[in-house]
Amino acid sequence: MTDTATPDGPMLAADGTPLKASLARALRREKLRALMLIAPLLVFVAVTFIAPIGNMLVRSVDNSIVPETLPETVVAIQKWDPLSGELPDESVFAAMIADLKVASKAKTHTRVGSRLNYEQPGIASLFRKTGRRVKKFDDSNAKDQLLKADKKWGNIEVWQTIHRFSGEYTSGYFLAAADAEKTAEGVQFLDEDDQIYLYLFGRTLFLSITITVTCLLLGYPIAWILANLPLRTSNLLMILVLLPFWTSLLVRTSAWIVLLQQQGVINNTLVWLGVLDDQNRLEMMFNQTGTIIAMTHILLPFMILPLYSVMKSIPPHYVRAAKSLGATDWVAFWRVYFPQTVPGIGAGAILVFILAIGYYITPELVGGTSGIFISNRIAYHISSSLNWGLGAALGLILLVAVLILYAAYDKIVGIDNVKLG
Amino acid sequence: MKLTKLVAGTAVAALMASTAMAEDMTIVSWGGAYSKSQLKAYHEPYMAKNSGVNIINDESSAEAVAKLRAMTEAGNVTWDVVDVVASDAIRLCDEGLALEINPDKDLAKAPDGSSAADDFGDLLVSSCFIPQIVYSTTFGYRSDVAAWNGKEPQDVCAVFDVENFPGKRSLEKRPINNMEWALLCDGVEKDKIYDVLSTDEGVDRALAKLGSIKDHVVWWSAGAETPQRLADGEVVIGSTYNGRLFALIEEQKQPVKMLWDAQVFDLDGWIIPAGLSEERKKRALDYIHFATDTQRLADQAKYISYGPARKSSAPLVGKHADLGIEMAPHMPTDPNNSKNTFLYNYEWWADNRDDLDAKFQAWLSK
Repeated sequence: MTDTATPDGPMLAADGTPLKASLARALRREKLRALMLIAPLLVFVAVTFIAPIGNMLVRSVDNSIVPETLPETVVAIQKWDPLSGELPDESVFAAMIADLKVASKAKTHTRVGSRLNYEQPGIASLFRKTGRRVKKFDDSNAKDQLLKADKKWGNIEVWQTIHRFSGEYTSGYFLAAADAEKTAEGVQFLDEDDQIYLYLFGRTLFLSITITVTCLLLGYPIAWILANLPLRTSNLLMILVLLPFWTSLLVRTSAWIVLLQQQGVINNTLVWLGVLDDQNRLEMMFNQTGTIIAMTHILLPFMILPLYSVMKSIPPHYVRAAKSLGATDWVAFWRVYFPQTVPGIGAGAILVFILAIGYYITPELVGGTSGIFISNRIAYHISSSLNWGLGAALGLILLVAVLILYAAYDKIVGIDNVKLG
Repeated sequence: MKLTKLVAGTAVAALMASTAMAEDMTIVSWGGAYSKSQLKAYHEPYMAKNSGVNIINDESSAEAVAKLRAMTEAGNVTWDVVDVVASDAIRLCDEGLALEINPDKDLAKAPDGSSAADDFGDLLVSSCFIPQIVYSTTFGYRSDVAAWNGKEPQDVCAVFDVENFPGKRSLEKRPINNMEWALLCDGVEKDKIYDVLSTDEGVDRALAKLGSIKDHVVWWSAGAETPQRLADGEVVIGSTYNGRLFALIEEQKQPVKMLWDAQVFDLDGWIIPAGLSEERKKRALDYIHFATDTQRLADQAKYISYGPARKSSAPLVGKHADLGIEMAPHMPTDPNNSKNTFLYNYEWWADNRDDLDAKFQAWLSK
């Protein structure tokens, strides 16, 4: 570069622009070009992954179905005091009839009924039944006509529910996901007996951590053997590690049922050998034990593979050098070998943990009642009860919990230290 | 998802020729023996009559409710006819995801000329739903349990009697049916059960009764689990769909017997998704008209032990296609089997299913 700098001005590039700006422009161009190269992937991920998940998560607060289907009612009911102990006045009933007339023509009255039924059982049939009859209503006494169609309209709790869930957005799903509910008096936790979700979140974390630890304890020695045997033998063993990978999840789960159930292979063998009495067969299936065993087996390859690839790259003479300097076997392993495998442990643990936390088919089949995960409930709400709002709220809480754990993990292990090979 | 192309012709050449000409119609069902019975009784005769239609079988009925909702929201419904249980049909109808049917216009008359509405009678439980079969959830028990000293369960309350009938039980992992049986065996009169269950005390009472055998229960969520556990001897008595028990007893010759007492009738049938194009809707309705007539429903009973939903089909039920045994005595609706029955209370469960399911699951997990 020729010296084009004026004695007291900024340094200039060859074309007379300040060097700093010109450099920044060049860098920006570089960055843009790099971005253009990954643009197809970015767009693909945004459209097929981030957008649908975002859309699903928005449902956890979305309550627009109520104001959209009952526009007049939600306005009229605002004037009513839900704690007054009185039913709303005539104008609210009239608004409800007007809304239901429009809604039953468009066949949307049952949808709002199912929505409100999540908050108060009985509203679904109330809307279904009233929607069938509302066509015949005239403009006279609205209250009497509704009460004649179904006496539940005289139940103050129905109106309180409509009043509480008349907004565009609701916290109801998140409260339900935290074992609480909005009542006319405010937010309250459910009875001890009816609480389930917080308990399941806790159990999901506990079981996932347990499964990660058992995978590590089983996987570490296997990975070490694989990494240190001559290639011919280790390849054969590697195929055995990968074999479960190529077997269907359902087949592996069912195989564990055959092995572990009370009339299963293991129990029968133990009884036959006389180790166990026929009356005292071991319960290893349809409980937490079954879930931990089956899921450990299924997730084991995800622990072994990263460990193996990291161990493969550790030069063997380090440990030899440590021993020649007088270290015992244990010290050589613990102070020299083990620290070098930490990145593999980190990678394996995070893979297994994240996969475990979202499992639901295996727990559903082998978990009985004490081994089911929060994902089983999410799956139920997405596929059976159609309460997608609650499913989304549970999913979002699980996502946030995983992100918090990930941040903690980053603090403790350091994500830069995670290696897959 | 397994998609099986079903073509009447067997030769590959015929297959090529017919699929090239045919319009595809996707019919969703449960898979397994049930889909096979529909293929034999409905699809094959329909395609033989309408060479322009090629039926594609999709086995997603277990996830039909969620998938149909997702498809509808995406504005791309690829299914033409869907097989669902009645409670799911009601849910789909409520959500506006299923087409409303006019029985008198869209369904075939009975052979004696009476209307479809009369022929199906009370079984038309939703305006979107065309029933095919009556099935029941009932108990099967092993007939070789040594610990029972030759006694055999006479009624459903044997399930709650671990004194006389020790051993593990298999019950469905949901409140429906279990709550009713629990109250019935706790001394509640049959016609009062839902009144009792509508109160918090009633729910607690049912759960307490179930709690008395909780340590003896293995819970199931897929229909194949109870028959499997009975065959393995893992449980001594368990609830499942009557057709599964029929297969276990008559086809696999396992030492298991039916306990028909307090069986709960339920319905399975068709819905047509809402929002199909006029042409596809017309074709789906044509298929439904054909596949739910009296003879077709009676034919299905040749392949599986579920009772046809039309009254007029009952006299036409014949022998099993492979086993050659009379099917009538194996129908849940047979007079000998239906001395004490429940009908799934659709309206009540549609209102209370979510609430009770949450309570039930909370109780289970404790």
